[in-house]
Amino acid sequence: MSRSDLSRSDSDAPTSFGARPDGHAEAPEPAPGIQQPRLGPVGWLRFLWRQLTSMRTALILLLLLALAAVPGSLVPQRTSDPNGVIQFQQQNPDGYKILDALGVFSTFASPWFSAIYLLLFVSLVGCIIPRTRHHLQALVAKPPRTPARLERLIGYTEATTAVDAPTAVAEGRRVLRRLGYRVENYPLPGGGDSVSAERGYLRETGNLIFHVALVGILLTVGVFGGFGYTGQRILVQDSTFTNVGSDYDSFIPGRFSSVDDLQPYQMRLESFRPTYAFNQTTGTWDPEDYVTRLSTRTPGGGWTKQELKINAPITVGGTQIYLLGNGYAPILTIRDSHGTVVKNEPTPFLAQDANLTSNGVLKVADGLTDSTGKPTQIGIQGFFRPTPPAGKDQILSAAPQLSPKADVFLSVYIGDLGLGGGTPQNVYTLDVAKLKLAAGRDPATSKTVGGGPIDLVRGQTATLPDGLGTITFSGIRRYVSLDIHHDPTPLPALVFALLVLGGLLLSLFVPRRRMWITAVTGEDGTRLRYAGLARGEDANLEAAVAEVAARHRAALGDPGDPDGPDDPRTPIPRM
Amino acid sequence: MTTDTLAAYSLLMAYSAIAVYAIAFVMYVLDLSRRTGSIPVAEASARAAVPAATTARAGGGTALLERVGSVTTRIAEGQAKSVNKATRFQRTAFALMIIAWVVHVGAVVLRGIAADRGPWANMYEFSLTGTAIIVGIFIVVNLWRDVKFLGAYITGFVVLMLGLAATNFYVAVAPTSPPLQSYWLYIHISVAMLATGFYAVGGGLAIVQLLQQAREKGRLTRGRFLATFPSSATLEAMSSRLIIVGFAFWTFTLMAGAIWAYHAWGRYWGWDTKEVWTFIVWVIFAGYIHARATRGWRGTRSAWLAIIGLAAVLFNFTIVNLFFHGLHAYSGLSTM
Repeated sequence: MSRSDLSRSDSDAPTSFGARPDGHAEAPEPAPGIQQPRLGPVGWLRFLWRQLTSMRTALILLLLLALAAVPGSLVPQRTSDPNGVIQFQQQNPDGYKILDALGVFSTFASPWFSAIYLLLFVSLVGCIIPRTRHHLQALVAKPPRTPARLERLIGYTEATTAVDAPTAVAEGRRVLRRLGYRVENYPLPGGGDSVSAERGYLRETGNLIFHVALVGILLTVGVFGGFGYTGQRILVQDSTFTNVGSDYDSFIPGRFSSVDDLQPYQMRLESFRPTYAFNQTTGTWDPEDYVTRLSTRTPGGGWTKQELKINAPITVGGTQIYLLGNGYAPILTIRDSHGTVVKNEPTPFLAQDANLTSNGVLKVADGLTDSTGKPTQIGIQGFFRPTPPAGKDQILSAAPQLSPKADVFLSVYIGDLGLGGGTPQNVYTLDVAKLKLAAGRDPATSKTVGGGPIDLVRGQTATLPDGLGTITFSGIRRYVSLDIHHDPTPLPALVFALLVLGGLLLSLFVPRRRMWITAVTGEDGTRLRYAGLARGEDANLEAAVAEVAARHRAALGDPGDPDGPDDPRTPIPRM
Repeated sequence: MTTDTLAAYSLLMAYSAIAVYAIAFVMYVLDLSRRTGSIPVAEASARAAVPAATTARAGGGTALLERVGSVTTRIAEGQAKSVNKATRFQRTAFALMIIAWVVHVGAVVLRGIAADRGPWANMYEFSLTGTAIIVGIFIVVNLWRDVKFLGAYITGFVVLMLGLAATNFYVAVAPTSPPLQSYWLYIHISVAMLATGFYAVGGGLAIVQLLQQAREKGRLTRGRFLATFPSSATLEAMSSRLIIVGFAFWTFTLMAGAIWAYHAWGRYWGWDTKEVWTFIVWVIFAGYIHARATRGWRGTRSAWLAIIGLAAVLFNFTIVNLFFHGLHAYSGLSTM
């Protein structure tokens, strides 16, 4: 028995390409009917490890991963669609409770999804390490010994030549080298000479790069991702934002980052200019382009003008700034009964439709007194239309552009706004449960109160109920909502992604081949034999052996097959 | 010519292409039924080819350089080829298909000129261009290997998809919304369509492979035209080559999409519905490739994975676009 027959490590066997996980189609098949020894604790661990790193387990985990991702697309996700989750909860409270307990609303952070991909990656690492070790050995190893029975291999071809065996093999060696093979001469045991050749090591290199880079992406997102942060801010024209935690409307730090890491640059919105095109078919205005002009200033520097477009974020102080949305911020000036200005600033109204029909809330906690002199808090719910519709029966804005007739409808509520309680309040909603409607339309009964909602166009003033003072629609500003974030992962993620792609292409399209030429000098000249062997699928191997044979014979000066190439199939274009 | 006239001509050409594809479909089906009719002849010659092939190819594809050997091989191959010889119907169908494809490409080009951008910014345009790419890939694959027996599947699919698009998804030319204005639009979507084309042809071969396997094992008594098709092993090899190319393109699609998403939405991956499905498709086909290297999963199971993967691609394009909420809701239809 030869050594290669005994040895499990198969680097000696010329027809095996080495390290493969259990269950791999090219790994040695387990011998049937072998009595397994009893397993101790270490044996069990080893057994479990082998199971986990087996090909079949990896495949099942991969398919489970695809299956586990499905609910993440059927049910709204907290991270990508928080409003959808709230809506789901309101429409289907019972279903919500069950699904929420299962973690379906954050599928991709759920324990079961994480368990699958973590097991998959452990299995992957368990596969990469031995394969890398083996491949590194293969990279420095010589091509394997020429097998005795070449006729059992692929594309076996015979020919005779007049030159002697050493010359034929030396020429074969040159031909193979020119084709990119690594070569090694082996004398044949029964006399004669042979050359053994191998090429396509990049296939395995690519395969390993692909898998290592996938682990790299996971680590990048899992570890580097923790150093980022993200926040949103609505920025009204001519106002300034400073990059400190308190200046954000919402701020989510990463696992390893905090508000203290922010670089306190400043940013001012100079102008926001949208352009729209009228769509004849749908009768709607479609946005064509948004041009946002900003000025930014890093600490100690001067103001620089920058332009923000939707596909082109700007980068300031280690953050990227993206345009999320836009809208109108009417300036509603409130004066008390003596004419003193109590509030005079733009209030961002949130768009409700594509024509920017918008809702907004104004809260005045201090500075107003009613006719009896009692300090009074008011909350105003506003409704804004940049282009009021022509028909009286229509309610919503007819176009997103600002027309001279742009108007607001205001409902005024009086009572305790609850701002002193210390609980943070959403500035865009007004909780009217404990407030009294003083002017407007009661949403419950649809009855008008106090003469109905206050309707103003720019420049108009109305008196507030209870002798509180006046309100003036004195102007309008545009605002943009910005997504500001610091994310250290994109660059490493991109590098790993490119490695994934490059590795994939190498591992899928580089053929790994072994090729042998033997030459035995006899009475009627030298007998040449050619054959090849492939790792994995290699539809072109036979053609490749034929090509080597043809080139070799041409190099030896032998006449080729008079009928042209031996392979009668049409040539196969490389893919 | 105005945008609307150009778009109208484009639609007219699309309808013409549908009509010609439909005729080609009928021809392809007639070809299949004709093959059923001529089975005795075909099988007889196949039987004659088998022993000759066995002698010539003993030892796993040996081809001797000596004259006798090579002549035997060639005769065997020649006979094997005659089994798969195209009927007149198939040749007509393939010619019609090429004519329809030329008209179809014309429709795509006109639509692009009318819109003054790549014609794939809404579902109608994506279907129009995507099906043209599928047929184009099918024609190119036929230069590599003869897979014209898939013609009925491809034309049937294209007639359905294009018909559905022209009647139900049609929208007038409109400017792209700001998030779509990027050169990544061209890269991401055109590569996605290429990948889909390779998946479609590869998946079709996997379907035939399963049928062929069933027939080879004697489990399928109907559909005797399969006897004129390549063996299930050959079908599987062709199918996997195409799917692997599709997978490489799909990997690129996913990355290009991530880069674009980073520019447009400020993150490269956010588990948006469409991203989830692109990921699912990627994982299924990664599973397919691994299954092809796993003992016991080659053949039937891996073919099923290819079919499931193709189904996921189509689901991603149709159902996800129309009924799922997400940032990719670009069908251009107002029912969203």
